[in-house]
Amino acid sequence: MTTGAKRPKRQTAKRTPPKAPPPWDPSIVVFACNWCSYAGADTAGVSRIQHQPHFRMIRVMCSGRIQPGFVLRAFEKGADGVLVSGCHFGDCHYIFGNERAVEQFEKTKEVVKLLGLEEGRLRLEWISAAEGVRFAQVINEFTDQVRTLGPSPWNGKRQQSVGRAAGQRPTTES
Amino acid sequence: MPELAEAAKKTKAWACYDCGKCTATCPIARVGGSYSPRRHVLATNLGQQREIVENNTLFTCLTCSLCDRRCPAQVTYTELVRDLRELSHGHGVEPECPHGGALQSVMRMMAKGGTQQNRMGWLSQDLKTESAKGQVFYWTGCTMYYDAFFPEFQVKTLEGTRSAVRLMNKLGINPVVSPDERCCGHDLLWNGDRKSFELLAEHNVKLVANSGAELLVTSCAECLRTWKVDYEPFFGAKPPRIVHVTEYLAEHLPDLKFDTDRAAGTGPDGDGSRGPVRVTYQDPCRLGRHLGIYFAPRQLLEALPGVELSEMRRSEAAAICCAGGTWSNCDRFAKQIQVERLREARATGAQVLVTACPKCQVHFRCAMKDPNLGGEIEIEMRDVVELVDQAVGQK
Repeated sequence: MTTGAKRPKRQTAKRTPPKAPPPWDPSIVVFACNWCSYAGADTAGVSRIQHQPHFRMIRVMCSGRIQPGFVLRAFEKGADGVLVSGCHFGDCHYIFGNERAVEQFEKTKEVVKLLGLEEGRLRLEWISAAEGVRFAQVINEFTDQVRTLGPSPWNGKRQQSVGRAAGQRPTTES
Repeated sequence: MPELAEAAKKTKAWACYDCGKCTATCPIARVGGSYSPRRHVLATNLGQQREIVENNTLFTCLTCSLCDRRCPAQVTYTELVRDLRELSHGHGVEPECPHGGALQSVMRMMAKGGTQQNRMGWLSQDLKTESAKGQVFYWTGCTMYYDAFFPEFQVKTLEGTRSAVRLMNKLGINPVVSPDERCCGHDLLWNGDRKSFELLAEHNVKLVANSGAELLVTSCAECLRTWKVDYEPFFGAKPPRIVHVTEYLAEHLPDLKFDTDRAAGTGPDGDGSRGPVRVTYQDPCRLGRHLGIYFAPRQLLEALPGVELSEMRRSEAAAICCAGGTWSNCDRFAKQIQVERLREARATGAQVLVTACPKCQVHFRCAMKDPNLGGEIEIEMRDVVELVDQAVGQK
């Protein structure tokens, strides 16, 4: 055989009954501050702590930077959930940046509520650089929460994933 | 460029004879901005698309329409700038929003739809409304979003909305206030996003048509402009009559029974101060220059017992706008315009600055927060309708 292996015929696929739609994985945007939460994610990574991988992380210098516009834009572009994270109170690298983050977050939450989006799609968490386990735990919890809520109305995948098997949870290494 | 030639034809830009009155009038240029409407008109006539798209000054325009008024060749620059913004939007140019694009995102999400908004939370127990069918439709606009988004300025635009419904109840009308209302699309249209605007327009026109309303009343000057002018191509066979709440109340002025003792006795704060309250009126650009409604709000204010109207130096067609029209153009020049306008309002000796557009309130209240000017420009702000509601009292 010099032409390489032949592709198997597709007969097998025909015989199986119609498959259930593929399990749906949410798209989550995580905003993390440079000093605590992003480092916390790093800790989770180097410690090889398992967690669900369905999020994109956006690093900002301080959680106080995360204004409503960022979060709302994420939802507009189809994010199913947004997690805002920063240093614990008193630990902020910029002394009071996370207090600003709370103010901004409260405003965002009000607008999200008005828009009729489920509150569970938005979450604020404080994660320090040492809390790798906690990071993984928060991510798992939040991903499951968003998964039960289903796709956001502005997620382009909404149409295809109707009738998906809820609660399926593939675990991959971080 | 065919688009530019089309825009020039539509807005009569070709008639420009380069006198520069527009730039001399422009509130932005007058406070030191390098913005020049004339340059855009000229570039349009010469077909210089790159100059327009790449120069990135298009979103500086307040679209306040003051230059349109002064133009001897009757070029409608405001329409032109909107067309040019649409053109730039196609090239991916977006305004630099001072709020991080939050409000634009909210509007686009509304345009896409898919959720049931919780926009009825402001309706208090005493307000009687219909949710689906009725003769009169009350178009609330997005005041609940503004109040939620600007808590730091103590913005209370919902008060005006509540007052409007309360007054309509007193006139014996239970207006339709729909939970399915969406943003009118004004800001998206003026930011060049016509696609999203059209989605909103179609939804809203259908909503009002299904309610069977013959009259649409709104408290927001921008919603009014959008409904009256920009929704025209979307209307079916029988569009409703569209009026601003001040026009509506002015029509029903004889039916409003003012509580004379109460209104004359206390200031609008209810602080117990005696004597008439002096107020001054800020003409919203959409209500005034865009639609020519100057008289109705003044008629209302003059009819109120215990309220004395004193005009600012520049009022009616010459009024200066609140400098924040479409959530796209807040900068130091806008701030300067707001501060000057507030000084003008204070110079009338008025205790209250009255306006008829929620956005004027948001922007002026923001300017008042200036830490360096302190109390120099602070003045109480109310909506016209709030004052009318107060004067009618419990009767």
